[in-house]
Amino acid sequence: MTQEAHTYTNQEIFRLLATIPDPEIPVITIEDLGVLRSVTREGDMVHVCITPTYSGCPAMKMIEQDIVSLLKEKGIEKVKVDMVYAPAWTTDWISDEAKEKLRRYGIAPPEKATADKSAITGKPKHLACPRCGSKNVEMISQFGSTACKALYKCLDCKEPFDYFKCI
Amino acid sequence: MNQNEAHFNYILRLADTNLVLGHRLSEWSGHGPYLEEDIAMTNIALDMIGQANSLLQHAAKLEGKGRTEDDLAYMRNEREFYNTLLSEQKNIDFAFTIVRQFLSDAFDFHLYKKLESSKDETLAALAVKGGKEVTYHLRHTAAWMERLGDGTEESHARLQKAWNELWAYTADLFAMNTSDRELVKAGIAVDNETIKSAWLKTVEEVMKKAHLTMPANTWQHSGSREGKHTEHLGFLLAEMQYLHRTYPQAQW
Ligand SMILES: [Zn+2]
Repeated sequence: MTQEAHTYTNQEIFRLLATIPDPEIPVITIEDLGVLRSVTREGDMVHVCITPTYSGCPAMKMIEQDIVSLLKEKGIEKVKVDMVYAPAWTTDWISDEAKEKLRRYGIAPPEKATADKSAITGKPKHLACPRCGSKNVEMISQFGSTACKALYKCLDCKEPFDYFKCI
Repeated sequence: MNQNEAHFNYILRLADTNLVLGHRLSEWSGHGPYLEEDIAMTNIALDMIGQANSLLQHAAKLEGKGRTEDDLAYMRNEREFYNTLLSEQKNIDFAFTIVRQFLSDAFDFHLYKKLESSKDETLAALAVKGGKEVTYHLRHTAAWMERLGDGTEESHARLQKAWNELWAYTADLFAMNTSDRELVKAGIAVDNETIKSAWLKTVEEVMKKAHLTMPANTWQHSGSREGKHTEHLGFLLAEMQYLHRTYPQAQW
């Protein structure tokens, strides 16, 4: 089986892995999110580098399993998933295209990380309701359904929505 | 202690505080005052336990004796833990939980900022990551400090009571070991004295908004750096470590 690993280039493996959806937000992939960092080879061992979004994000274990099982399906058995911490993940790595996918899915995409950095008073400046586009919104909670989201509500269309916090 | 042992001990200390405080917060899971706050506390707990996990992995590697992060979390006894005394204090009520978390978040916020330039590259990377998370935690707890302190007579009284009791654990946050001196010199560790004024500034800013006064009694607890703890840590560890010690091979 290890023979077959050589028939895929690192770039081809990266492309394969780039199709894996995020376990918690299935409309975007782990590449869209910036979690998938690189594929390298050490002999016949394939090293896949991923970086966590949040330190305690439970989706990371799931992503690791998804990577190993997808490559196994392709006949690549010798896989090691390495967790890298530097440089630290930032929402700035989410592509504009992925941000648009998030918005259509009902999650307000993150602003540029520099926009809400102040520790005690910070809040997103250009946040708009992903449903009606109104900027007349109010925070319900800094912490939402997953580590990466905050909970907001729109004061115009009255719908609650998730905001992908920028870090 | 040689420098590597001191380094191991320093990372362990940072990990233990995150682990113990994360565990304390997780005790609120399913018991929060309302759903959003329940979720918030559980999320903060998750971040802290995640940070502890990465730090313990790093510590285990530095130690080089084949122990894993699980061995370090679950197989050490009370006197081998170096978490801050503040982190192990009981939840008591929501005001206590918020004051404990706020004091700790403010400390971590300033500590992580300094650790970002540590010569220990793994630690520096974890500090960048942790710092981003702590910014959200601090914003959350600072907002609650203000709401409770500036809220009803009852909420203010409870907050002030928690403040008076927990203030006695704040000196311990800054305690250092003699072996830390070499680490500070080597650019690995942060001299806690250098973040005291920034921490105090954050604290005083929030105290003012929350209409809090300093307690008359300024006596301070100490001992966490030598593994000396209040009676609460043993009970916490008993619960946290029970499953792993009873079923050592248990996997998720
Ligand atoms: Zn709307």
